[in-house]
Amino acid sequence: MERVIYYYFNLEFMYEALPVLLKGLVITLELSAITIVGGVILGLLLAVSRALRIKVLNFFIIVFVDVFRAIPPLVILIFAYFGLPYAGIIISPFWCAALTLVLVLAAVAEEVFWAGIIAVERGQWEAARSTGLGFFTTLVYIVTPQAIRLVIPPLTNKVISITKNAALASVVAVPELLNQAITAQGVYANPSPLTLAALMFILIFFPLVRFSSYLEKKYHYDA
Amino acid sequence: MENGTLPVGKSDIVVIQGLSKTYADLRALNDVNLSVKREEVVFIIGPSGSGKSTLLRCINRLEEPTAGSISIAGATITDRGINLNRVRQDIGMVFQSFNLYPHMTALGNVVLALRLVRKMRKAEARDKGLTVLREVGLADKIASYPAELSGGQQQRVAIARALAMEPKIMLFDEPTSALDPALVGEVLSVMRAMRDKGMTMIIVSHEMDFAREAADRVIFMDEGEIVEQGPPQQIFVNPSHPRTREFLSRMLNT
Repeated sequence: MERVIYYYFNLEFMYEALPVLLKGLVITLELSAITIVGGVILGLLLAVSRALRIKVLNFFIIVFVDVFRAIPPLVILIFAYFGLPYAGIIISPFWCAALTLVLVLAAVAEEVFWAGIIAVERGQWEAARSTGLGFFTTLVYIVTPQAIRLVIPPLTNKVISITKNAALASVVAVPELLNQAITAQGVYANPSPLTLAALMFILIFFPLVRFSSYLEKKYHYDA
Repeated sequence: MENGTLPVGKSDIVVIQGLSKTYADLRALNDVNLSVKREEVVFIIGPSGSGKSTLLRCINRLEEPTAGSISIAGATITDRGINLNRVRQDIGMVFQSFNLYPHMTALGNVVLALRLVRKMRKAEARDKGLTVLREVGLADKIASYPAELSGGQQQRVAIARALAMEPKIMLFDEPTSALDPALVGEVLSVMRAMRDKGMTMIIVSHEMDFAREAADRVIFMDEGEIVEQGPPQQIFVNPSHPRTREFLSRMLNT
């Protein structure tokens, strides 16, 4: 028991590692925020564009979505970091990770938003069009707001599961939370900083998880 | 009746000629000819699948006719280059399932097209919205969302939404079929008031009593064709076609 406390809950090492871990936490938060905002907005834009039913455009959207949903995010990240420089494209590790996660989340979010757009009743289109509203106006003012409401609960779940991948950035040497914790663990020859990092991850994502359950309840009845 | 080309009168606001609509293997409308006069109230009755709703939905081109022409207030709306969004502003439509925008209040539902289509200023659109909502008896419900309203109230908001655009004609696609029997009356009385104000209305409905009372003309459709038409007294009391008689005896005895 003593050994468990010494190795995993060593307050002294946790305290010493805290400043570095907090720095890492900030980067993880930044990365998460960029992923969520960028991914959700891009996903929504793609879904709305897809509703315009322009054949060539839809082809590219569908290919993009399928490819980015099929490849593990880690593979995309490694490719962006180690592969793109051969094409003369050099992006900082942080932005490699950010770009990867934004694109992965955008692909997933597009699917979710698109499902929402199709789920809006035909009668809504007809009612709007019958008052002289154009296709695009109807899409923007009538259909998309309803689609967003429909998909908020499934979307928050996807957002959480994609955003958790922010920890992958440690692989390309971004000094985010996990990376700092691994380094600290090496320095102190003690895994307690990892425990602390795990607690911090819970701190970030637990509110999101609760928030998503709350939304699920809230949007369960109306619509 | 004969399916020839009708003489086009000056007071005709809707003129439909040779209208057909075919789906893959189904003939929904077969060479329908019909004209409606200004301020006329026309009821279309008939069994389900007879093409009533399809005919109505062709009139604002929610349904694309396969052949034939429709003109409204002199504009041929079946022409290829026609600006549909412009045409539809003159044609109000009320749906069986109301189709209110669930994310907007009653007033929001009514003013949306005023703002976006008519390009009215906020205050002006609001005034107009309040006026039509008062007309349908819902001045106290302007801030309510559709989910907070009864079916009858929702349908009245939907009527107000159409009326706000000051349409030249109003189309009703089974406006009371989705309603609780107790709520039918309030919707019918709004329609009655519109009739009294001189609105041209084409109404697809199963409310035979209302048709008898409010119709200038009743049209009986079956299998995509107009079988018989005339004033309500004639159609309801003394129908000449056996199919009309059969339909009416079924409707009136249940």
